[in-house]
Amino acid sequence: MSEQLQHVHLNDTHVALGAKMVPFAGFNMPVLYTNLIEEHICVRQQVGVFDVSHMGEFYLKGERALDLIQYVCSNDASKLVDGKVQYSCLPNDQGGIVDDLLVYRVKENEYMLVVNASNIEKDWNWISSHNSFGVEMTNQSDEYSLFAVQGPKAILALQKLTGVDLLSMPYYSFKIGQMAGIDEVIISNTGYTGAGGFEIYVKNEQALAMWNAIFEAGSEFGIKPIGLGARDTLRTEMGYCLYGHDIDDTTSPIEAGLSWITSFNKNFIASDIHAKIKAEGAKKKLVGFEMIDRGIPRQHYPIVNEAGEYIGEVTSGTQSPNLSKGIGMGYVKTEYAKVGTEIYVQIRDKSLKAVVVKMPFI
Amino acid sequence: MNFPEQLKYTQEHEWIRLEGDVAIVGITDFAQGELGDIVFVEVETVGKNIAKDAVFGTVEAVKTVSDLFLPVAGEVIEFNTALNNSPELINSDPYGEGWIVKLKPSNLGDLSELMDVATYKSFVAH
Repeated sequence: MSEQLQHVHLNDTHVALGAKMVPFAGFNMPVLYTNLIEEHICVRQQVGVFDVSHMGEFYLKGERALDLIQYVCSNDASKLVDGKVQYSCLPNDQGGIVDDLLVYRVKENEYMLVVNASNIEKDWNWISSHNSFGVEMTNQSDEYSLFAVQGPKAILALQKLTGVDLLSMPYYSFKIGQMAGIDEVIISNTGYTGAGGFEIYVKNEQALAMWNAIFEAGSEFGIKPIGLGARDTLRTEMGYCLYGHDIDDTTSPIEAGLSWITSFNKNFIASDIHAKIKAEGAKKKLVGFEMIDRGIPRQHYPIVNEAGEYIGEVTSGTQSPNLSKGIGMGYVKTEYAKVGTEIYVQIRDKSLKAVVVKMPFI
Repeated sequence: MNFPEQLKYTQEHEWIRLEGDVAIVGITDFAQGELGDIVFVEVETVGKNIAKDAVFGTVEAVKTVSDLFLPVAGEVIEFNTALNNSPELINSDPYGEGWIVKLKPSNLGDLSELMDVATYKSFVAH
């Protein structure tokens, strides 16, 4: 595997915009353009654009494409109809998670899977190794750019660019149509910010034209480019899991609160392990918590009870730009997972009080 | 970026300025820019004697946490309590209202070993 940093197609555009570029998941990515809190608020109140072209896109085609997807994914993809999207995860054979992903049903016998950049190779190898169904798989990750246009004004900006009726599109649906004069754009009512908006998949050759068109259309709504820093605070405020933080090779979707994407009316890899966890009750659970004492939780900080005994670990944490206080997610022993339970986060040798809350945080 | 002439600087991006026998310490414009929005400053070393380069506090931005290192040995005598409610002063005025602690250096001569503005500027440029 090459250690060299990959570049998204619009790398030079981000540099020219003054973005701070950092290595992330093997890509040189814009983490910040101007100011994290400003970018965060821009998405919550107006509209912002993330270049998330590092994400991976696999196409699965063939008569048994659904059978393969049903076997490698936790969610029930048989519920998908053309133009619908489903959040799912790839369980490993040890009771953990290979990755979380989106499954798009393009048409009968044709699906697109969208996976995390850091896991493209791992996912590809994993799915391929279970493809005893004769499904034709292609990895088109290097061909697509992906722009997440997020925020309450996103629909107003994008509607100026397309004849597709965006208002009629339900959450987690997509259409393939013309946008900004470009054909065969995948217009997806998805995103990972909780602010509403769309994700736009476009071939690299048209990426710059699309980017420019989106910014021109959005200028009257105060559109801004948004870095990965704000993407992380936005998803954390919603309590959305990030692979490598809140879920990984060792966590069960049941423990992670992802039972809702884990369907036991079909057989999938290691489904017996997860069914057992579900039946017996998870020993640990992913919870959201807010700091009561002043402090900011960070990944890997220990969580303890009032007696100072270790009960778990923080997996994501930040100062919430919307709430102006520390919020976090972490695994705790199940007896501490109930909303309202007081827990303590160890920050620099001090145990600071926090309380388990319902997510999303905002 | 703004780097005042009369200050001394460290490789950890703190600045120090002498007023009589009291030194005032903060972080540089470069440091605040790298950290981004500062949301929390914790200093619990007031009244303590601390060695040069030892941690005297912590500054937290939205996404990162960073230790604060004392530029010279001495006793921390005051924390800028305005930062409790307005940590963003470090972003808006790093050399003025965003100062972090005052200290009594053990040896005033120690300051002369720190970087002057020209040296710090070239240090930051690399």
